[in-house]
Amino acid sequence: MTEGLGIGVLSLAIWVPILVGVLILITGGDKNAEGQRTLALLGSLLGFAVAIPLWTDFDAGTAAMQFEELARWVPMFKINYHLGVDGISMPFILLNSFTTILVVLAGWQVIKERVGQYMAAFLIQSGLINGVFSALDGILFYVYFEAMLIPLYLIIGMWGGQNRVYAAIKFFLYTLLGSLLMLVSLLYLFFQSGGSFEILTWHRLPLAMTAQILLFVAFFFAFAVKVPMWPVHTWLPDAHVEAPTGGSVVLAAITLKVGAYGFLRFAMPIAPDASHYLAGFMVTLSLIAVVYIGLVALVQSDMKKLIAYSSIAHMGFVTLGFFIFEQMGIEGGLIQMISHGFISAAMFLCVGVMYDRVHSRQIADYGGVANKMPMFAAFFMLFAMANAGLPGTSGFVGEFMVILATVKVNFWWAFLATTTLIFGAAYTLWMYKRVVFGPVGNAHVEEMRDINGREFIVLALLAVCVLAMGLYPLPLTEVMHASVDNLLAHLSHSKLVP
Amino acid sequence: MHAMTFTFSDLVPALPEIFVLVMACAILLLDVISKQRTLSYTLTLLTLVGAAALTFFSASGAPQYAFGGQFVDDMMADVLKLMTYLASFAVLVYSRVYLTERGLFKGEFFVLLLFATLGMMVMISANHFLVLYVGLELLSLSLYALVAFHRDNARATEAAMKYFVLGALASGLLLYGMSILYGLTGTLELNKMAATVYMGVGNPMLLSFGLVFLVAGLGFKLGVAPFHMWVPDVYQGAPSAVTLFIGSAPKLAAFAFTMRILVDGLQPAVAEWQGMLAVMAVLSLAIGNLAAIMQTNIKRMLAYSTISHMGFMLLGILSGTFAGYSVSMFYAIVYVLMSLGTFGLVVYLSQNGYEAESLDDFKGLNQRQPWLAALMAMLMFSMAGLPPFVGFYAKLSVLQALVGAGWLWLALVAVLFSLIGAYYYLRVVKILYFDTPHADAPILSGQADSRALLSINGLAVLLLGLAPQGLIALCVYAMQMSMQ
Repeated sequence: MTEGLGIGVLSLAIWVPILVGVLILITGGDKNAEGQRTLALLGSLLGFAVAIPLWTDFDAGTAAMQFEELARWVPMFKINYHLGVDGISMPFILLNSFTTILVVLAGWQVIKERVGQYMAAFLIQSGLINGVFSALDGILFYVYFEAMLIPLYLIIGMWGGQNRVYAAIKFFLYTLLGSLLMLVSLLYLFFQSGGSFEILTWHRLPLAMTAQILLFVAFFFAFAVKVPMWPVHTWLPDAHVEAPTGGSVVLAAITLKVGAYGFLRFAMPIAPDASHYLAGFMVTLSLIAVVYIGLVALVQSDMKKLIAYSSIAHMGFVTLGFFIFEQMGIEGGLIQMISHGFISAAMFLCVGVMYDRVHSRQIADYGGVANKMPMFAAFFMLFAMANAGLPGTSGFVGEFMVILATVKVNFWWAFLATTTLIFGAAYTLWMYKRVVFGPVGNAHVEEMRDINGREFIVLALLAVCVLAMGLYPLPLTEVMHASVDNLLAHLSHSKLVP
Repeated sequence: MHAMTFTFSDLVPALPEIFVLVMACAILLLDVISKQRTLSYTLTLLTLVGAAALTFFSASGAPQYAFGGQFVDDMMADVLKLMTYLASFAVLVYSRVYLTERGLFKGEFFVLLLFATLGMMVMISANHFLVLYVGLELLSLSLYALVAFHRDNARATEAAMKYFVLGALASGLLLYGMSILYGLTGTLELNKMAATVYMGVGNPMLLSFGLVFLVAGLGFKLGVAPFHMWVPDVYQGAPSAVTLFIGSAPKLAAFAFTMRILVDGLQPAVAEWQGMLAVMAVLSLAIGNLAAIMQTNIKRMLAYSTISHMGFMLLGILSGTFAGYSVSMFYAIVYVLMSLGTFGLVVYLSQNGYEAESLDDFKGLNQRQPWLAALMAMLMFSMAGLPPFVGFYAKLSVLQALVGAGWLWLALVAVLFSLIGAYYYLRVVKILYFDTPHADAPILSGQADSRALLSINGLAVLLLGLAPQGLIALCVYAMQMSMQ
């Protein structure tokens, strides 16, 4: 446990983007838009740069928390500023910091009004999400977890589409409901553990079965809404459709992961017996998400909605992987989370590229885009294939691992899960066919220009990530190995009060 | 027991009260002679600063009794009084231009405000039912007059009338309860009453009976359901500057009032009043949060929000623990801070002949005045109890005290109503940020003083949220020193 004098890597990863965001706000209104964009790009690059040591200096051999920082924050309530990462949380901080760069670039030309506020919201959001993934104190986690709603609420409501106000408020209230229930359980755990908000202490705390089940249910509401799991997913299509491209990217790539991460950090280790007891329930919900939501995605006529539903289906895989209590399942779920972070970001960016030119998200308004934008069509093809889970792309790795692990546990579960390979391919490729192939659909498509240098960089970066992860996922699983082993060992012991 | 001989040392703990009284009278006289309103205004501000200095330097830690035990100067009183001065000071600064534009910038306003402040100080420091009552009436009468201050305004007059009639009724209830308890215990002094009740009273039924009257009277003064009917009308009808005042400092006095009666005087009967407070708190949370959703007038909406906040504050007191009392005090102070900022902004925007009354008047404020919009948004998020703003810690600490005292179900109820409450605060943020402004929205002229104080006020909500330890520790310490 290091209680050093200097500012730790994690603190930097959290506070650098936030401070740059505040700085952008101070620089004033739209007069200085160009400067604000540049500042935002520098801030996001800097934010990513300060997070790199997390990867390079990470010790994959241990499951203990690393890069720990501990300071007393509100001693009166025993709340600590306690940060730390393990193999489960570390990759997400990098993913988040990386995505922030893409988001800043994606909004570069599209956002013309209140540029400073837009960029600042994303940077502040990025810092807060890093906080979520690194907090080891229950209340600190909660603070970040809630605070990150505020920028996203403003992003959806201020720069979103037609129905943005409804979507923003729905998004906020839905997620708030879950987290308030979690707050009460955090307080309950505080008193049960004799006055500690330390998450790691809670992991070791023996609890009766009833208490475990109630806690699990409270955590379920908090995190299932975020994931989102069927049937509490209905806010997501609305939010995705109305959010500006950057907002959709952050929502899909990062905030959904917060929910799944919450299961691994809170619900499962704090209430392991309840997790086993309710595993069937969780698996059922996950499979419904995979199969039913997959079918729902098939009939969408709005591209963003289609990707939103496909996100829900993919996240169903993640929770399925978690609740079969197999090493390969959990690791597969984690890989799927990161891969989905890249792929969904890429898919939304692709839709954003088209939307910027035609101002429509309807599949029917397109057709024959490949004729006008060949380079874009190639990228879009790669990401569509990855979304469908083509081997060689990152989309395949996670799904395959989860299916493999599920077969060991229950053949029929695995059978149902495998249908995603069919449905996923069906809805993604069918959409791709209708949008990209065929003769040029209408005059709008006729006028489309191929991607510019900025868009190329964004998509190329993502393409590299998707392919690299698909072809050689080993470094990532190696990082997670020790922590996942540790988690499984922890879950195999009952915590019931004797 | 009746050693009522005054000595000079009796006066020392009451120095701030005496100072404010003398200054208020002086300003009243001076205002007749001089035509310089600015002079009265400045003197009023200086009075508050002077009182703050007196209170601060006379704070000794241990409770000091004066006037034969009728008056007490303890840490809780000192902290609350300092906050009261601060609130009154802010009210004066925020409302200067508002009052001037409407021809209300008169000596009477300052004098009434000072007398109200004095009333609150007396309430905060009372250790005797009569002293409490005198303080309360001084405050209430000043407030009635202030509400009707805009004499030609029919709505304000109606509000004042309603306030007066219901307030008088509540005072009657209080007096009735006090007399029953006097009959039962033979004393009006709070400490002695606690000791007598602790030893056991002859007729427990009568104790409950007296308590019901007292709690009903308290409910009126706090403005909690089901005694909340006057709150929305008075908040809406009064001139915004007066609403700003009613919505801030008196909440501190009402908190002290409740603490003095229920905890200092009737702690041994805690089991009796806990249930009553629980009913009032839950009703306030429900009515306050649900009714606020439907409002289109911001002052009325904030009135309902006050009701729910006061209900939340009661939750801390009803937990019946030391921790609960401390966090209630924290909650009251935080609420006053947020309320000052919010109403301060309403007052600030009501300039150049424009009344910012309807929620629609705030449409698209972000495009006109991004900084003011940001302040308002921070205050709204804080009221909704979202981190990282200080309102979150206020709610968290009360919930923690509740769960710690075994009231898990109440904590869950409180949390669910907070969710409902979040909706209408979010709606204000929506109006500020997502809507486009009216074409006829007024150009805001600069008021450096109130703008600067508003900025400090808004930032305090954020900064105290990032580092809440100091204020919480102060409340706990004050409570510790007062309750030993």
